[in-house]
Amino acid sequence: MELFLEVTLKLLQGFGTTCALFILTLIFALPLGLLISFGTMSKFKPLRTVMKVIVWIVRGIPLMLQVFIVYYVPGFIGITVLIKHRFLSATIAFVLNYACYFSEIFRAGIEAVPRGQTEAGLVLGMTKGQIFTRVTLQQVFKRIIPPMGNEIITLVKDTALARVISVMDIIMEAERFAASSGIIWPLFYTAVFYLIFVGALTLLFGYLEKKQSYYKI
Amino acid sequence: MAFLKVSNITKSFGATEVLKGIDFTLEKGEVLAIIGSSGSGKTTLLRCLNYLETPDTGSITVDGNTYFDAEENKTLSESEIRKRRLHFGLVFQSFNLFPQYTVLQNLTLAAKLLRQDELKKQYKSKAISKEEYKAKKSAIPNELNGIAYALLEKVGLTEKADFYPCQLSGGQQQRAAIARALALTPDILCFDEPTSALDPELTGEVLNVIRGLKSSDSTMIVVTHEMEFAANVADKIIFMANGVIEEFGTPDEVFDSPKSPLLQSFLGKNSFAG
Repeated sequence: MELFLEVTLKLLQGFGTTCALFILTLIFALPLGLLISFGTMSKFKPLRTVMKVIVWIVRGIPLMLQVFIVYYVPGFIGITVLIKHRFLSATIAFVLNYACYFSEIFRAGIEAVPRGQTEAGLVLGMTKGQIFTRVTLQQVFKRIIPPMGNEIITLVKDTALARVISVMDIIMEAERFAASSGIIWPLFYTAVFYLIFVGALTLLFGYLEKKQSYYKI
Repeated sequence: MAFLKVSNITKSFGATEVLKGIDFTLEKGEVLAIIGSSGSGKTTLLRCLNYLETPDTGSITVDGNTYFDAEENKTLSESEIRKRRLHFGLVFQSFNLFPQYTVLQNLTLAAKLLRQDELKKQYKSKAISKEEYKAKKSAIPNELNGIAYALLEKVGLTEKADFYPCQLSGGQQQRAAIARALALTPDILCFDEPTSALDPELTGEVLNVIRGLKSSDSTMIVVTHEMEFAANVADKIIFMANGVIEEFGTPDEVFDSPKSPLLQSFLGKNSFAG
């Protein structure tokens, strides 16, 4: 029983790191993803091409490799700050990676709003900014809840990749029990933490979807 | 002088010349119906009037003021275009109501934003004090709701004010869209095939509303396939074919003694519908 408490406390500590990485990634990757989606939809072709290439590269390379790249590569050109900050390195890699995935979800959501909505706003004398914030964005939000929910749930579990540069997440804490005392069950016990977290997120997305169901698009 | 004067409007999309020089005039209080087969340029002409398309050449004058001139248009700011565009209203074939807002909110949203912008400008230029600004700003919703309810009564939708578009029939949605366009008191209200997306049994209620709007100070342009409606309600008829005005005249002239062979064959095909 004492061991169980000790393991739980240690895992909770690691889970704190997992949650911090998760939340920071969301806070920065959501707005960045929206900006990137504007870039990939830009009428200015050079910008559009550059953004599409960036999205291709970031989505095309394993996230684990990107974590390594952000952690080590700046050091080659004399930027040593990241090599000293593992958590920061992991966060940057996660933000860039998820922003690119989110951008495609945003793009799909924005392009799905009929052109007529914008035109209706225009003939009513609204500015493009007003049309985007008052008309388009809410419809985008309603449309993208299911794919966003999917992606965000994937992010919860992807955070485990941060331990390749020794960020002390929940799985790494569990592995340390295995390495030091030869007990392996804490590793499987971590699944409970993930399940509870993902369960809460599932409820949250279900709630948001229900809240938006008062209108149809 | 004519209330609306459209001169030499041309518009091409790539190599396709959709409008090949459109000229017509319309008097205040008149209803103009534009008929013609699909692809004749009717909708593009309406979209040009509403600044949704920019004509390649030509000019548009309302009440002596030139609101569009192909020569100067390239230099216009977005806010200037917005101001000018408000002289025209547009009712779409597919209604295009904002689904996340109630009927009442659909009617008041744009007007509210416009008034708030104006008020903010007055406040920033110190024309009104902070207290005045606040008082006027908080009065906007009540004022606009009053206007909106009056319009909803006009189109017979008072009871649906707090409904969402998805809870309305197509005919009701289109009537709400008409009220929304009227909320900004345009000089000229345009309708782009307002009944084409409706089931046949719902077209009547929408056409009746449009008929009811006819008065000495409401000028309207209706692109339509409803020949009976055009014949009974319009003061002037334009028949378009291949990007030009093939025939222009009163309903009697156009329907009873069509001169152009294209119009004769068009009316022949439509005689069953009429």
